[in-house]
Formats: sequence, structure tokens, C-alpha cells
Amino acid sequence: MSIESLKCKECGAAYELDARFACENCFGPLEVAYDHTSLDAAEAKRRIQAGSQGIWRYADFLPFVGRPGDPLEPGLTPLLRADRLAERLGLDAELWIKNDAANPTHSFKDRVVAVAVAKARELGFDTVACASTGNLANAVAAHAAAAGLESYVFVPANLEEQKLLATGIYGTNLVGVRGNYDDVNRLCTQLAESRPWAFVNVNLRPYYAEGSKTLAYETAEQLGWELPDRVVCPIASGSLFTKLGRGFQEWLDLGLLSGELPVFNGAQAQGCSPVATAFAEGWDVCKPQKPETIAKSLAIGDPADGPYAVEQARTTGGAIDSVGDEEIKDAIRLLAETTGIFTETAGGVTIGVLAKLAERGDIASGERVVVYITGEGLKTLDATRDRFQMHEIDPDLASFESEFEQQEVAV
Amino acid sequence: MAVTVKIPTQLRAATGGEAEVEVAGSTVGEVLDAVFAAHGDLRERITQDGDLRRFVNVYVSGEDIRFQQGLDTAIAEGDEVTILPAVAGG
Repeated sequence: MSIESLKCKECGAAYELDARFACENCFGPLEVAYDHTSLDAAEAKRRIQAGSQGIWRYADFLPFVGRPGDPLEPGLTPLLRADRLAERLGLDAELWIKNDAANPTHSFKDRVVAVAVAKARELGFDTVACASTGNLANAVAAHAAAAGLESYVFVPANLEEQKLLATGIYGTNLVGVRGNYDDVNRLCTQLAESRPWAFVNVNLRPYYAEGSKTLAYETAEQLGWELPDRVVCPIASGSLFTKLGRGFQEWLDLGLLSGELPVFNGAQAQGCSPVATAFAEGWDVCKPQKPETIAKSLAIGDPADGPYAVEQARTTGGAIDSVGDEEIKDAIRLLAETTGIFTETAGGVTIGVLAKLAERGDIASGERVVVYITGEGLKTLDATRDRFQMHEIDPDLASFESEFEQQEVAV
Repeated sequence: MAVTVKIPTQLRAATGGEAEVEVAGSTVGEVLDAVFAAHGDLRERITQDGDLRRFVNVYVSGEDIRFQQGLDTAIAEGDEVTILPAVAGG
């Protein structure tokens, strides 16, 4: 097996492959290191193509000693051409939407949680837990239920009702914390010290985060083993953003892909934009913020991977932009009416930033752009409430015709 | 001002296994200096060139010191200072 150690991203110190996440020397984040020296690219491709119809087809690149399993296997979500959206934005580009709402609990978090829960079982844990802004809560509760594990899910108590309902139903211990996500995260970091639990995004975070690489692998495979020129991706902690880069880079290094890393464009909400601010100011650390945005799934004021996200945007020639609440709502509608995809507020942030890039002229003619839609619109219904009107009529022809009298009947 | 400083598991090798250290100081900086005086190995692990390393979070009674005055944040009697890794979550 190719999994080698946990390595500190800051100082390079190596650790055993157990449940730990921060370096004892410098507090830097730990990341899984692999030894792929014996990997043959052609053989790896064949194994992938003969694999399961989900993320386990990429098991060679995931952090397991044995073969991972999960009854709710996520992945292989649709990659769709979005020509009508491109046209509306005035783009002469090859625009694709990776619709990762099409996962078992309707967000990309199924990928990271499937990996974390499988790793928790491999390490012998019987209880999993998480600090969540909502989507992760749904995923942890569901995957724990499917695997027969106990679970504790910690969320800000003021979360969208849809996300609370879609978590509690799985029979988890749902804990609403009176505070924001960063308070929840601090509490869970403290709890992880004393409880014998696998906190997927605390003590299991190095493994969990690897699950996001599968979004890069899938994108490349679905494009016929080619890379996009540019990606547009939302940023909360910055983990997905940086792991997309790592996924593409690994396959470039191993010869499964050729070319160079795409340009990375990150998307944040103006009401919680510590990473966009650090990018704009030229800082290499993110100054924390108190979130105030409708994009609650991105409302992390103290982003763990923020510095690495800033670096990745810079080194690939990209940028990190932010959009306001009204732009987010407009963008949700724009995506829905041009592609048939209904996304949550995080997707509104991403499409809003895509629109900004288009307006700024950042996207060249003929570019191949992949935009990541990470969550489902039904989870944040409030954001759509004032965006359209229903025609209410009596159940007779006259009522219909008087409502629509200004419109000609097409023959 | 006497305060309790909570030491995370990752740093306890440097405190002889202690999870809490009792020290005195009127600002976070003074409190940390007092902790370093008792446990010298800690200084290099969480600071660099006199500042906190970028993945170290310090809280005074639950509030991140970056929302206050950083290392100059004042300490009141009975406050609890918590050091935690910043690399969790998301």
C-alpha cells in the first residue's frame, strides 16, 4: 500500500498514521504522504476505469491501508456543459458545471465524510463527530447511520431549518451550539482532546480532507483525462480549494495527466471573506472575521487552510473574489434558469464570482472553465423567496386567460 | 493576575504532561512569557520572531485574541487562557 505517513505541511515533521491533525513542533497542519514510486500510470488508469461507480475507484490515491468501503458511496456526479449560462454571461468559453449536489446527502461533503468514516472504522473508532456549518452535519449523520456508528454533530444553533431537519432525521446526537461556526469549531477541538471519538474535521482532518481530491480526479476523468484551463470553486476553510489543486498536481506528477495546473479562482461571500481579503491585501495569513452572510455553509471566519488557498490562487495566476447577498440570490436564479440546476447559497457565491470574472474580462475566448457547485438549493430555500412570483388563479379558463392576456398564444 | 493556561495535547510533551499551567501576568504576552519561563520548550513551538506562529490560536475566556488586542490583550483575574491549533474545521 502506498500510504506512508502524516507529514507537517509547514516543517515536514513525519508522524504515524493515527488520529492526529497538528504538528507538535510548529502546530502546522498534517497531510497524508504517499509513496507512489511503484505506480504505473497506464495500469492505474485501467484500475480506475474498472473500479466502482463512485469515489472508491480512486482508492489508490486515498489514505487507506486496506480497501475502503462505505454503503453510501458518493461521487461520479454529473459534469455538464453550460452553454446557455456562458451565453448569458457573454463568455466565449467552454463552460462546465460540476454538479456535486448530486451526492447521497446533496453536497460535496459526502466525499470527505465517506473517506473519514471509512478511516474511522479502519482505526477502530465506534463514534464519529464533527463541527459543521450544515452540509457536513447532514453527511456525518447519514454516513454514520449507514455504517452503524454512533455520531455527534455540532452546529451553530441558528442554522437553516432545512439543514437541521436533514441532519436530525438520521438519528444522530444533534447539538446546536449558541455561537458561530468558529465557536463550534473551538469547542470541538477541545472535545477532541478528551473524547475517544473520531471528529472527522478535527483529529481525522488529514484523512477527511483527502476526500476532496476525488473532485479533481473526476473532473479530469470526465474531461477525457484532460485538465481544465481554469476552475472556480467556493472557499470556506480553503480545504476543498487546496485539495483540488493537490488532486490535479498528483496526477500530473504521476503521469496520469499532462499540462499544467489550472488557474484557481476562489469564491467567498462578502459577509465572510477572510481569504479574499488576505488575497487582496497581499497577506500570507488570514485575519479572522465575524461572519454575517446568507451563505452559511461558507461562514468560517477563521479558515484553517486560508493561507494555502491564497498561495494557490497566487501561484496559478488566479484570484479570490467575493460577492454580496443580493448577488448571491441573483446568481442562484441565473444558474437555475440557464442550466436547470438549483444550488444553495454557496453555489450562488460561486456563480456570482464567475459572473464577476466574466464582467472583468478575466476569462479568455476558448478557455475551458469548470465551476464547482457544492450543494443543493433545497437546503437554503429562504434565499429564493423574493426571486419570483407565482400566478394564482381560479380553476377556470377565463381566470387563466385574464392573468396571461398580454401573452399571444403560440400556434 | 493569576490565570490558568490550558495546554493542548500536542504541546504536553513540553510541559511534562500537564494540561494546565497556573501563572501570573496582566496581558496575554506576559502570561505566555511566564509559561515559557516554566516550560522553555514551548516558546519555539508556538512563537516565531516574537510573534505567534500562523497556525496557533489563543483565546481569553473563549474569545480569540485576534478580535482583541492580540498579545497585548488585557487579562482579568480568573480569566482562562486557551492555546489551540488553528488547523481544525471546514
